[in-house]
Amino acid sequence: MKQNSLKGWFKSGAPGVWISGGAVSIAVIMTIGLLSVIAVRGLGHFWPADLIHAHYDVPGDANHLVIGEVVQKEEVPRERLKSAGLPVPAQGPEFMTRELIKVGNRDLNGNDFTWVVGEWLTGEAKPPELMAIERREWGNFYGYLVNVKENGKVVAQGAAAWPELQARVKRVNDLASQLSQLEKKDIGAINAGLERIRLHGRKLELAGNLDAAAQADMDAGRAELNARYKAVEERLSDLHSEFNRDSLTARDANGKELEINIGKVVKAYQPNAMNSWQKLAMYFSNIWAFLSQDPREANTEGGIFPAIFGTVMMTLIMAVIVTPFGVLAAVYLREYAKQNTLTRVIRIAVNNLAGVPAIVYGVFGLGFFVYVLGGSVDRLFFAEALPAPTFGTPGLLWASLTLALLAVPVVIVATEEGLARIPRTVREGSLALGATKAETLWKIVLPMASPAMMTGMILAVARAAGEVAPLMLVGVVKLAPSLPLDGNYPYLHLDQKIMHLGFHIYDVGFQSPNVEAARPLVYATALLLVLVIATLNLSAVWIRNHLREKYKALDS
Amino acid sequence: MQHDSSAHGINMSALGRSKQSLSLADETVAIEVPGLNLFYGEKQALYDVSLNIPKQRVTAFIGPSGCGKSTLLRTFNRMNDLVDGCRVEGEINLYGHNIYRKGEDVAELRRRVGMVFQKPNPFPKTIYENVVYGLRIQGINKKRVLDEAVEWALRGAALWDEVKDRLHESALGLSGGQQQRLVIARTIAVEPEVLLLDEPCSALDPISTLKVEELIYELKSKFTIVIVTHNMQQAARVSDYTAFMYMGKMVEYGDTDTLFTNPAKKQTEDYITGRYG
Repeated sequence: MKQNSLKGWFKSGAPGVWISGGAVSIAVIMTIGLLSVIAVRGLGHFWPADLIHAHYDVPGDANHLVIGEVVQKEEVPRERLKSAGLPVPAQGPEFMTRELIKVGNRDLNGNDFTWVVGEWLTGEAKPPELMAIERREWGNFYGYLVNVKENGKVVAQGAAAWPELQARVKRVNDLASQLSQLEKKDIGAINAGLERIRLHGRKLELAGNLDAAAQADMDAGRAELNARYKAVEERLSDLHSEFNRDSLTARDANGKELEINIGKVVKAYQPNAMNSWQKLAMYFSNIWAFLSQDPREANTEGGIFPAIFGTVMMTLIMAVIVTPFGVLAAVYLREYAKQNTLTRVIRIAVNNLAGVPAIVYGVFGLGFFVYVLGGSVDRLFFAEALPAPTFGTPGLLWASLTLALLAVPVVIVATEEGLARIPRTVREGSLALGATKAETLWKIVLPMASPAMMTGMILAVARAAGEVAPLMLVGVVKLAPSLPLDGNYPYLHLDQKIMHLGFHIYDVGFQSPNVEAARPLVYATALLLVLVIATLNLSAVWIRNHLREKYKALDS
Repeated sequence: MQHDSSAHGINMSALGRSKQSLSLADETVAIEVPGLNLFYGEKQALYDVSLNIPKQRVTAFIGPSGCGKSTLLRTFNRMNDLVDGCRVEGEINLYGHNIYRKGEDVAELRRRVGMVFQKPNPFPKTIYENVVYGLRIQGINKKRVLDEAVEWALRGAALWDEVKDRLHESALGLSGGQQQRLVIARTIAVEPEVLLLDEPCSALDPISTLKVEELIYELKSKFTIVIVTHNMQQAARVSDYTAFMYMGKMVEYGDTDTLFTNPAKKQTEDYITGRYG
């Protein structure tokens, strides 16, 4: 009876349902787990945490004070602390706490972070006047504000110093944006103009047409630009001196006073004095700064805007290249090519191309696109710039092309499937009305297959946007704050090197001198990469569904 | 298998069909087929088929499945060209002009010889765009001309009253019968000379079938119609001439009344009395 019921249970298919359901749950749990780990670790970083001020008494050592932000707490066996060389007492509990404190003040201490033994921290307090300063250089400063100075003269101290400081930080930030505007836009345009004149002259020289008139022309142009530069430079130096006018004096944990130029301050805040709403507001403004600013301090501080921009730009250019190319190839393979052995071999080759490791494409991209193609382009069209390469060096165009090559099989396969699914009766209907094959293809078949093409594009974007390995060879670099799209002719700089979120993760995670500071950024950047790819995908899915509704096929 | 046509509830006189004595010899020939052989690869599908399709009459092809009647129909607008390995020997003359000669403009031929298929195959476009598709292909884009053509063709296909208020909605929202009449409208919009109907009612319900049959009867005055059908009652109802085919051969061809009431060949009689097929 029991045997029978077990057999019956198997026969009913219930175990299959359980197993397959279990597989789905595991997949879902892993995905959610992945997203929540990177979300929690990444997003927590932006919260303005409270600062503590405490005594740290290492037995047998001078007692000193620490100020900082507790980043992490963990229980470690006493033995381990002992073997690490810490003066742990011989007797005591088996486990002790160890805390990672961000103490900042890298210019004073040499380190941003320090590990302390929790048991030795005494007199922990959170005084509201404790201040954190985010600086453009040297990381955060934690301490107490003493006074604010203008041109070396004290203008405010004590309680009045704090609002004075806030006002002056705001002024400095306004100046900073003017400065960067001036540096990037005006000086950028002047430099681009000068470079154009230089290249023009070199071109004439190479062609042997450099006569006195042309020379005079160029000199005039140069003189005009130089005059403009003089004006800009004057304003720039004015701004710089304005910028560096104010300074503040601050006292660190151990009473040492330090003068900080307010030009170096991004923002100053007193987390212990802030309520939850203020913290929340600062949290979101921190996230916004992360999304919208350029990186600082070897990518461990500041934002990652150039990387987001580079990733999106490269993916879009890739999609623009790969879609028509893949669609045309699929149309030929499916509609025009004779279905014989050669076609089958080509199809198999295309499918296999999708399985080639990405780094191989990177090597190919460097060897063929950059050196052969880019080198030839330089010799033919940019001879005047040589020996400095224009396209003969890794850049945005080659990165996009390499990714396009990597993703083209996906588009071909998806489009071919879409074309194969168009009912024969519809094609015949068009042909029977006197349309040629090309007209049928253009007016009926391709519109009906457009959802499939979009599917191909989505898969291509999904594959390409997350790829890192080949990009390191063909155009992605650690730091490229100037965007490939700007106001200088030719506006879209396909030859420029770019930053990329995927590579940024690798760089911050593995190539960074400041590991502790970099860790949350790795998670935040990873989360952002996932979000960027998801956004690209979802918008493509939306377009596809829209098309699918429009070209809903017949019942078949 | 043998039914009286009244068993279908369709009264022949209700179709307005006047019985008149017809004779192939008196008709103007629209399509002349003088001995046609057709091969799919190695396999021969049509054996020395000869017949003349009369102008502005309805000619029906009947026969069991796989006898080659659809294949024959598809040679009239060279739809068979699309089949890999299909080879035609012999010629087909459309008003004395061999459509299988070298350099024939197949697209123009298909404009002159329109075709309606077994299953309704509207394009995933609006009703309006479906009807003007063939005209746009010919480069006609004047709105006034197209509007007139749409009304004329939809009226011709007895669909105008049903769809005139939703010309710019998707054709895929129509019922099967309406879709098939839309396909007919789309085909007659380019004003072909010959209309080929390949089992046009096989996917339709009886009411829609009746409507399409009435339509065929009305279109006869303007077009030469060739219809392939599995349904012998339908052939008897709508056609003036009927050809019976079997195993790729033309067995018997004559006016419909004679063929159904007094077949000359034993095979024909066996088929129409339902002894096989």
